[in-house]
Amino acid sequence: MSAATYTIEGRTGPWELVIGLEVHAQVISKAKLFSGAATAFGAEPNTQVSFVDAGFPGMLPVINRECVAQAVRTGLGLNAEINLWSRFDRKNYFYADLPQGYQISQYAHPIVGRGAVEIELADGTTRRIGITRLHLEQDAGKSLHDQHPTKTFVDLNRAGIALMEIVSEPDMRSPEEAGAFLAKLRQIMRYLGTCDGNMEEGSLRADVNVSVRRPGEGYRTRCEVKNINSIRFVMQAIEAEARRQIAVWEEGGEVEQETRLFDTARGLTRSMRSKEEAHDYRYFPDPDLPPLVLDPAWVEELRRTLPELPDQRKARYMREFGLPAYDASVLVAEKETAAYFEEVARGRDPKLAANWVMGDLFAALNRTKRTIADPPVSARDLGALLDLITDGTLSGKLAKEVFEAMVETGRPPAAIVEERGLRQVTDAGAIEAAVEKVLAAHADKVAEYKAGKEKLFGFFVGQVMKAMAGKGNPALVNAALKRKLG
Amino acid sequence: MSLDTATVRRVAALARIRLEEAEVARLQAELNGILGWIEQLRSVDTEGVEPMAGGAPRGGPTRMPMREDVVTEGNIRELILANAPDREGDFFAVPKVVE
Repeated sequence: MSAATYTIEGRTGPWELVIGLEVHAQVISKAKLFSGAATAFGAEPNTQVSFVDAGFPGMLPVINRECVAQAVRTGLGLNAEINLWSRFDRKNYFYADLPQGYQISQYAHPIVGRGAVEIELADGTTRRIGITRLHLEQDAGKSLHDQHPTKTFVDLNRAGIALMEIVSEPDMRSPEEAGAFLAKLRQIMRYLGTCDGNMEEGSLRADVNVSVRRPGEGYRTRCEVKNINSIRFVMQAIEAEARRQIAVWEEGGEVEQETRLFDTARGLTRSMRSKEEAHDYRYFPDPDLPPLVLDPAWVEELRRTLPELPDQRKARYMREFGLPAYDASVLVAEKETAAYFEEVARGRDPKLAANWVMGDLFAALNRTKRTIADPPVSARDLGALLDLITDGTLSGKLAKEVFEAMVETGRPPAAIVEERGLRQVTDAGAIEAAVEKVLAAHADKVAEYKAGKEKLFGFFVGQVMKAMAGKGNPALVNAALKRKLG
Repeated sequence: MSLDTATVRRVAALARIRLEEAEVARLQAELNGILGWIEQLRSVDTEGVEPMAGGAPRGGPTRMPMREDVVTEGNIRELILANAPDREGDFFAVPKVVE
């Protein structure tokens, strides 16, 4: 049974959404796609620019093998066909941050063809989203519009860095699905090490194609909302654009195909200056570049050396560790979280490890505003804490106390246990003495208990623990009390 | 096939070339001459011949050479900026363009 289709209720009835994404992902490589200039983020302006990137006459582009490999790896990660023969075309347009006057891209013959990824929704259902294609192209430079009253400043450091454009089928039907799809692409590329997925720095940006229709209808005209740089904004932009289109249709108007921008402050989309000719890119095969021909053995080698992907890892956590699907999903969502969890779980009870990572550690990350890549407690120290629970040194309650001290001080658990004397008391004699003392001090309650008021047992446990400063081994305290109260 | 004057103006606009009204007719004639020549090429029988890209037929021996992923260039800002019509500090400067 599939979940109900998401609809937006208009004045005249419900409307369905049809959504497709075009995602631009910056490739992780040391040098640019067609030149030997560096790609590192944050360098001094115009220092990572070669004559090729600056569009000087007479320069010839030569492709970077690693960028090609990264595109192939990503294609394999998207379960897509790898085209052993592909070609580069020129996409012609004028803009100040595009010094060549054209972008080298792949139009008619992309390096990667059809594929698919599976997304998981909040209600636990999954959906398959088709990938139409992935192609390689050059990034443009960066324009700064706010530095001068009448001039735009241009930095070409980004010009020529390799981008992968990933195009989906119009398979998504709700903002949530589009958000989940983008998150999934980001996750896959981060696992593969082909894109860092850093949306604030612009390493990953999305264009969203949205149209609306009456249930059961074919496609209506779509609009493209360009250059959105967060998953949350993608979801907001889709809803805002769908509502705008619904209003147009319901007022008897006609949605025009156009490119729009999402105004994040107002939560609305607005039209870009859309001169018809601005979109006439006059693609033609780049005469500087022979075809890109891949050796099948090389592609096989890339396939063989692919790292474990999130779906495979999730399945392994469920199979090998017996974790529930939800826990496994949470732990594999970020590869840093998965690496942390695996280090804690190695040689230990994986369920206990999962509970601590998803419970106390996540809470500590939230509280301290730190990330799993820079945690207040290292995986090694959390593992050591689990060992202290398993060997009986710490009760669960004491362990939480020790963990908080670890978060505060960054010290390993054994040191904290020693310093603060938090070691759990398992010495039978000491527990027995504490029990006897408590029973002697509450002779009246003991009499009541023996007369049948059994719920007083909890009171005795509390008193003994209190007398032992919380350090008594709970199981041993219980056993001793039962024996004495007989 | 022949181009009308509107198409000539459009091609010029796409290439950011300003056309004086008097030039349109002359360019129309020149472009139509070029198109006529290409039309002539189309009379060659290419049935069963693979289209070429970058001077290399599909399935042929010519393929794109590749470079290794090594940083070999950069730090030539002054050379890069030397021909810029305008610069501000370490940036190219252009008339303000805002979407």
